[in-house]
Amino acid sequence: MMPFIPVLLWSDILLWLLVAVCIAGAVMARRSEHILTSWRRIAGSANGMAALTVLAAFFLIGLLDSVHYRPRLAQQTGVSISAANYGVEVLSLLDALAAPLKNNSEKTYSAPLATRLFSKETIEEAVVGTDGGTAAGTDARIVRDYPRLIYGGAHLGADTAGAGQDMLVTGLIGAALGLAVWLVMAWLLRAMLPDGRGRKSVLATLAVLLLIFAPLLALSTHYHVFGTDKVGQDVFYLTLKSIRTGLLIGTLTTLIMLPAAVLLGILAGYAGGWIDDVVQYLYTTLNSIPGVLLIAAAVLMMQVVIDTHPQWFATAAERADARLLALCAILGMTSWTGLARLLRGEALKLRELEYVQAALAFGVPRLAIMLRHILPNVMHIVLIAVVMDFSGLVLAEAVLSYVGIGVDPSTISFGTMINAARLELAREPVVWWSLTAAFAFMFALVLAANLFADVVRDAFDPRTRMSP
Amino acid sequence: MSEMLAVTDLAVTIQTPRGLARPVDGVSFSIAAGEVFALLGESGCGKSMTALSLLRLLPEAGSIAGGSVRFAGRELLAMSEQEMREVRGGGMAMIFQEPATSLNPVMTVGAQIAEVLGVKGEAARLLGVELLDSVGIPDAGRRLDEYPFQLSGGMKQRVMIAMALAGEPKLLIADEPTTALDVTIQAQVLDLLDDLRKSRGMALLLISHDLGVVAEMADRIGVMYAGQLVEVAPRDAFFSSARHPYSKKLFAALPDMSRRTSLLETIAGSVPAPTNIFKGCRFADRCGFAKSVCGSQAPPWVVAGEGHSVRCHFPDAENIAVQQLEEIRQPVSSHAPLLETRELKLHFPIRKGIFKRTVGHVRAVDGVTLALAQGRTLALVGESGCGKTTVAKAILQLLRSSSGSVMLSGQELTTLSNSGLKPWRGAMQMIFQDPYASLNPRLRVGEIIAEGMRTLLPGGADKQKIATLLASVGLDADMAGRYPHEFSGGQRQRIAIARALAVEPRLLICDEPTSALDVSVQAQILNLLRDLQQRLGLAYLFITHNIAVVDFLAHEVAVMYLGRIVEQGTVDEVLRNPQHPYTLALVAAVPSIVATEGKDKAPPLSGDMPSSSHPPTGCHFHPRCPRAMDVCRREYPKASQLSATRRVHCQLFL
Amino acid sequence: MLAYILRRLLYALPILVGVNLITFALFFVVNTPDDMARMQLGIKRVTPEAIEKWKVERGYDKPLLWNEKAAGAGRLSQTIFYQKSLRMFVGDFGRADDGRDIAGEIKGRMGPSLAIALPVFVLGLFVTVSFALLLVFFRATYLDFAGVVLCVAMMSVSSLFYIIGGQYLVSKAWHLVPISGYVGGLDATKFLVLPVVIGIVSGIGASTRWYRTIFLEEIHRDYVRTARAKGLSELAVLFRHVLGNAMIPILTGVVVVIPSLFMGSLLTESFFGIPGLGSYTIEAINAQDFAVVRAMVFIGSLLYIVGLIATDISYTLVDPRVRLE
Repeated sequence: MMPFIPVLLWSDILLWLLVAVCIAGAVMARRSEHILTSWRRIAGSANGMAALTVLAAFFLIGLLDSVHYRPRLAQQTGVSISAANYGVEVLSLLDALAAPLKNNSEKTYSAPLATRLFSKETIEEAVVGTDGGTAAGTDARIVRDYPRLIYGGAHLGADTAGAGQDMLVTGLIGAALGLAVWLVMAWLLRAMLPDGRGRKSVLATLAVLLLIFAPLLALSTHYHVFGTDKVGQDVFYLTLKSIRTGLLIGTLTTLIMLPAAVLLGILAGYAGGWIDDVVQYLYTTLNSIPGVLLIAAAVLMMQVVIDTHPQWFATAAERADARLLALCAILGMTSWTGLARLLRGEALKLRELEYVQAALAFGVPRLAIMLRHILPNVMHIVLIAVVMDFSGLVLAEAVLSYVGIGVDPSTISFGTMINAARLELAREPVVWWSLTAAFAFMFALVLAANLFADVVRDAFDPRTRMSP
Repeated sequence: MSEMLAVTDLAVTIQTPRGLARPVDGVSFSIAAGEVFALLGESGCGKSMTALSLLRLLPEAGSIAGGSVRFAGRELLAMSEQEMREVRGGGMAMIFQEPATSLNPVMTVGAQIAEVLGVKGEAARLLGVELLDSVGIPDAGRRLDEYPFQLSGGMKQRVMIAMALAGEPKLLIADEPTTALDVTIQAQVLDLLDDLRKSRGMALLLISHDLGVVAEMADRIGVMYAGQLVEVAPRDAFFSSARHPYSKKLFAALPDMSRRTSLLETIAGSVPAPTNIFKGCRFADRCGFAKSVCGSQAPPWVVAGEGHSVRCHFPDAENIAVQQLEEIRQPVSSHAPLLETRELKLHFPIRKGIFKRTVGHVRAVDGVTLALAQGRTLALVGESGCGKTTVAKAILQLLRSSSGSVMLSGQELTTLSNSGLKPWRGAMQMIFQDPYASLNPRLRVGEIIAEGMRTLLPGGADKQKIATLLASVGLDADMAGRYPHEFSGGQRQRIAIARALAVEPRLLICDEPTSALDVSVQAQILNLLRDLQQRLGLAYLFITHNIAVVDFLAHEVAVMYLGRIVEQGTVDEVLRNPQHPYTLALVAAVPSIVATEGKDKAPPLSGDMPSSSHPPTGCHFHPRCPRAMDVCRREYPKASQLSATRRVHCQLFL
Repeated sequence: MLAYILRRLLYALPILVGVNLITFALFFVVNTPDDMARMQLGIKRVTPEAIEKWKVERGYDKPLLWNEKAAGAGRLSQTIFYQKSLRMFVGDFGRADDGRDIAGEIKGRMGPSLAIALPVFVLGLFVTVSFALLLVFFRATYLDFAGVVLCVAMMSVSSLFYIIGGQYLVSKAWHLVPISGYVGGLDATKFLVLPVVIGIVSGIGASTRWYRTIFLEEIHRDYVRTARAKGLSELAVLFRHVLGNAMIPILTGVVVVIPSLFMGSLLTESFFGIPGLGSYTIEAINAQDFAVVRAMVFIGSLLYIVGLIATDISYTLVDPRVRLE
């Protein structure tokens, strides 16, 4: 009897497929001189490698969060063994690793690293008799005070005076561990990367990342490092969970729309004639519907479909996953037009080039010309588009989820975090940590993606111009 | 004559991804007032960089690393940017190679000229008209309000010259001013530059790779190689007794009639990259006569005559040996023509209006009749836009003709379907103009060559065969595993030839295969083409605008003007004794390195070639023809058979 | 010229029809009106009668494309497609779920939307083009590098944070302007300043970088070298030659959005409580008011197509090659 059953969400499958494609691409690239030169240029760029390091860290978290399973429920006596019960809740590897963060919910708001709740409440407090004897019994007294957190700094007991010192020690231990990890990684990287600006930049970025996150991780075992939100959930846990959603939206959307964009774009440009007319009509029409509204309309419709067919989904996670994928598909519907137009223009240019004419003079079939002569010569544009779209999509997710047409409300994402926290700045005193945490993580992710996209574009084709 | 410009030890460096480049490395020369000094050399020798650095207009990555540029007594390199701007406007002016991109597309001609004049309104207009008049632009008042796209290439270059003249410069720098122009237009522009120079007493720094242009224009010549001047000489001395081996080889590489029975001299290898660090003579590894001292010691300047100096260790050595061919056997031609086109027409519809109605046709090819026998070369000559390339594509059935016939070995091709054409594809192949666009950058050389074999040959492609092909075009067999970007222009053209030969064609259509190449590389390709013809008995349809190449390679010539053949015959008939006024003008317009002072030269043709969407009535050539008669305006002349091999379309011979 | 515009307008018609069909399919074919009714009324406790009543109230009880029961032209007109989709071509958008006339609502809300969108657009364009020119003037210096880094950083911040942060600092911490609200007339200024400034700032990063790329592309062209060789000053080169030519690609991105300014901004309006079309849309989305969303989709596409035509016309103004051929 397994202690868990694996759950394969569609988004997991696609994400891992993407990883497989990337690895296959890397293996193929080893044989192609052009791609290698371009990647070498990226590997030599300090900005690019720093950004790539940060992105890799995000992807690591995202991938950990993409291995899902359902744990077996504790065996109850009297229930037959054969009908093992698995929980309806779908967990991920990240949930398992961060189990304390996930489960240690407080009652409501608490500030980062706090040991007490953020607002005063009416609590019963046990008053210990002045004589110190237990036999005298305790009186219950009603007071208004900041209640002690259940989990935050729990190991300190009632006395929270030593919290500052404890945090310092824990943080330092974390930092020391981080340093140790850095040394190991530095040793590994020396063997893997060629010497140069790129490697220095990777090492420096790793050092910064570890110096920030190792202490945070160490502290998070006993404290809520980013505080807790309105319902007492750990904000650090929420931000970590948001990463996967952002990555999925940023990558799967382009992955889903890519076949259509590449096929239609090249076909329109190369074949011309009525095919070109039809494709152009198609993307002008789709483009003319304001993006947000098309997404809104499609998401609302999809919501109806999902709600009217509850039998399709075994768990809430699967339903949320379906909605996430549908969102990716809808975003893809609205975003393939740009790439298709770009590829059409490029195919139009390539069609007239002399090597295509030479192939025609050999009587090479059209499909073969498209595959051999057009497609490989536009692949760099596709790659650049994929990388450049990523950051925009992560930002779009936040806005859409905020507006209520993004991911399922039960899916943790930057957008849903911001949506839940939008009124917190209006509170007195201000509850700032949820928004700040979401802001910091999102900014880091998008900035890294933007910087990386710049470097990729410069390395593969500095002339490619893409509108913002 | 006073010295107007003195350049001493000028050095330019450019930051490149491959390291610091020195495109100009210690160049000294001077130009007197009113003099024409020509910088001659192949591409990549640093000519343009020298010119740009005189105006301090180097690209952003470049900077002047040292030396001095004194202009009219003032040191330019010490000037502030403000002062330098005064020099650019007034003292020195420059015109560039590409008139099409060198003018601002969204400003009127008048506005662009007015910018230099520094005056506005009516005064600017009057001056503008005057300037356009002086560069020979008809209807100057109207042209002033036009935009560059409304002008022909020659007109644009005239506007560039007018703009340069607006500041009344003392020195005009002309960077390949006619390279992008057709030969008849080139003759017009060169004439104009010469007139202006004389009437204004202006000095001219002419930059060119074309020995003919230099011979016609220059008073003195400086030959540049790898960032340095290697020979400076007065014109006559240079053309009668050049001393540097590089100069001599440039001469020997020129194709012409007299070299028909010999191989052209070629220069092995290519110009070294400007990032190279040199120790000895920069030309040593391509010289062929280099001794050990050449490799270790930079040669000193040696005076070779009055105003003639050369940078060579052995300036007196006889170091050119013309390689005489044993005997060029004219390949026997069978009587039945291999290729025959009859009244071939290709019209592109012009669509306009809401429903894209066809409102007219571009008559790109308008009744072309040609015949070409096995083993012979037919040159199709004409200026850009006359429809040469369209003829080629129509023959290959890459474009389907509107009417007329194309016969290959007696088989009509125009009626065949795509699949029906397949057996004939191998028999005819094409070599393209641009060696950089004709090879797919993502495929290895071996894959490129194999493509046709796989599609057309029953045996497919095998390594052995590819290796043989590469060897036959003078490349190593192991190059099959490399990508095109690793090769130079000449090598790429060889690969393109190998690709065409792979399917064992009998007819090879060469579309300006050497026009993008330097003269020494052109010589290699021409030698190769002729060698292949003799070995394989190929027939060439050779499309070109370069008369010298025709002379060297072709057996027959067809001259094309605005979609029609105006004259055809054997090379000797057409080029030695042209009959059609257009052929006459075309041949006369070619600048020659042989002194032409004494001879009467036909004046250059006036005007531009009309558009093929609205060809003139009657004879297409009549608006530009010096001998046009009334009848020429009314009807197109029928063919007159002047000899067994020669046909002309002109009223003069009817 | 007139024929050209006429032709463009004729091209626009099939696109508009296409949009109409897509929305029709999305709203009535993917899900039947029954599905929507069930959704609106709550999935579990719903009776067929309630669904029928909901449909009749909203006019969704008719067949989709072809009415067998009606006679004559009514067979076509007494259908959902005619009533709900085709009627939009004549400006009849029907009623919202709260019973109000959508067309009237749109008219009233256009003003406030424009009051924000127009200044954001005009001032934003001015600011970003100026910044980009500045960066290009100092190209390849540390100032340029710092500017680009700043741009990338600014475009990496979600627009949500610009609004949240701006509201917090300016309104809550410094009490400079009211947090949200709107009144008509000139008094609106105090409500508009902050959203306009935020709108401009949030666009600086991406736009400046985009314009800078365009300018840099132009600055390496041959005619710019010619202009320098003529002895023009760097400023003259930049403003007369580079800017003049860069207008062509800039217009592509800019003119097309001008008509869409009427649509307002979803986020800004909802955060600042501006009663414009943006907040109207967002309210409709949240209330799942399909009639309003459908109307907004139609108007948005219409404005986009107008923008496309305006772009083509604007080319003829800046590019003589288009104007004269």
